[in-house]
Amino acid sequence: MSDLLADGKTAGAAPSDGLAVLESQRSTAETFGIPLAVLAELTHRCPLQCPYCSNPIELDRGGSELTTDEWKKVLSELAEIGVLQIHFSGGEPTARKDLVELVQHATDVGLYSNLITSAVLLTREKLSALADAGLCHVQISFQGNEPIVADRVAGLRNAHEKKIEAAKWTRELDLPLTVNAVMHRQNLHQLADIIQMAVDLDADRLEVANVQYYGWALKNRAALMPTIEQIEETSRIVEEAAVRLKGILAIDYVVPDYYALRPKKCMGGWGRQFFNISPAGKVLPCHAAESITGLEFESVRSNHSIAWIWQNSEAFNRYRGTGWMKEPCKSCEFREIDFGGCRCQAFALTGDAGNTDPACTLSPMHEQIFKQAELEAAAHQDRFLYRNFAGGTLETEGEHGA
Amino acid sequence: MALSRNISVSEASRPKLPRHTRLKFDETRQVWVILAPERVLAPDEIAVEVLHLCDGVRSVAEMADQLAVKYAAPREAILTDVVAMLQDLADKGFLTEAREKTP
Repeated sequence: MSDLLADGKTAGAAPSDGLAVLESQRSTAETFGIPLAVLAELTHRCPLQCPYCSNPIELDRGGSELTTDEWKKVLSELAEIGVLQIHFSGGEPTARKDLVELVQHATDVGLYSNLITSAVLLTREKLSALADAGLCHVQISFQGNEPIVADRVAGLRNAHEKKIEAAKWTRELDLPLTVNAVMHRQNLHQLADIIQMAVDLDADRLEVANVQYYGWALKNRAALMPTIEQIEETSRIVEEAAVRLKGILAIDYVVPDYYALRPKKCMGGWGRQFFNISPAGKVLPCHAAESITGLEFESVRSNHSIAWIWQNSEAFNRYRGTGWMKEPCKSCEFREIDFGGCRCQAFALTGDAGNTDPACTLSPMHEQIFKQAELEAAAHQDRFLYRNFAGGTLETEGEHGA
Repeated sequence: MALSRNISVSEASRPKLPRHTRLKFDETRQVWVILAPERVLAPDEIAVEVLHLCDGVRSVAEMADQLAVKYAAPREAILTDVVAMLQDLADKGFLTEAREKTP
């Protein structure tokens, strides 16, 4: 899950893309409007240990999490300032005992709620209670299409079986289902089967998301980086399936930016249309933003309102728009199309978040990084470093994190 | 399972918004919005008016009758527009049909 959360990806004729309409009403020089959707990372606790987890390496401990009352206050404030959708995520959001209460509160204040879950902690009763509380949509992550690969990647025995069961309950309760499949070198061979699995589970949407390499995924890059042949095959499979399954399954495809020519418009541009709230209450321009050292992020526990933090805080304004750019971004004709790519990736790979994202061919680092990725993909170092609160645990023979 | 989930809109259709799609007035931006999984759409005024008629009981033919009277416009032209608009929404997954029998 990355910039898939940006709204209105597919521009329609009529009715039109909500974001485009709302954005067209103001110039970039004016105040940035409040995002339509916000990601609430309720906790970093998770029974899974996926080696590409999008959470930061420095995970928020359970004790630092916002309380039920604090989250409720946040939800009320978000609805009041114009946020329309809330994505409950984590870590594993169902690890919070108060999730039903929070979903009910979101419903009460008029927010459309999505649950982004690994599903392994769900029971039919719990899911039913969430539906009764007004939950609008369920997104379940899958690590493969069968238990051998999937449970190894998740680092949890029987995880795949539980996910399949929870996906069936979701549809039985008439909740729309999105299957999220994070793809990498060690599961890309299952893509066609994963697409069929999503159809068999009666999912409405499938997100085929190639791993984005920062945080945990960067530590595991050698074990995850696909080969260029795999990427070409992936694009072919997705394109074929998108046509064949029109009207049955909508497929969103996130390409791996290491093999792209242009960088991704990460988060729709820093501080332009997205923020998330970390388990401890930090308001962040992206869920990986805390990996950039030297930026101070304001908290919902501070004296500032969320709207103030969004509009005025140093962290949001630092890389907003194009004023912060250096060359080659500064004079680039694509600067307002991709906003220089991903700040977190620029920081992770070049040491300066103000540099051009090396995914861009115009970055002086691009060639070097692309070569490195190719070498890593070819080296077949397949051992994972599992994500956990201890800073990660290396996979051992026969003990796949489970 | 691999049946198209989309409907084909005709005069006889009795469309409604599916459970997971909400039509809501956004007070902050002063526009009507359709909320759906990972999507926010901004329907125009006419679409909003038609969507308010989509209750799963009223047929598309009845909607056209009602709008033709209200706007004193030719019914055929209105029907064509309404069907096209609803079909567009249905194709995007924001409209379903009232079920004849309970599942």
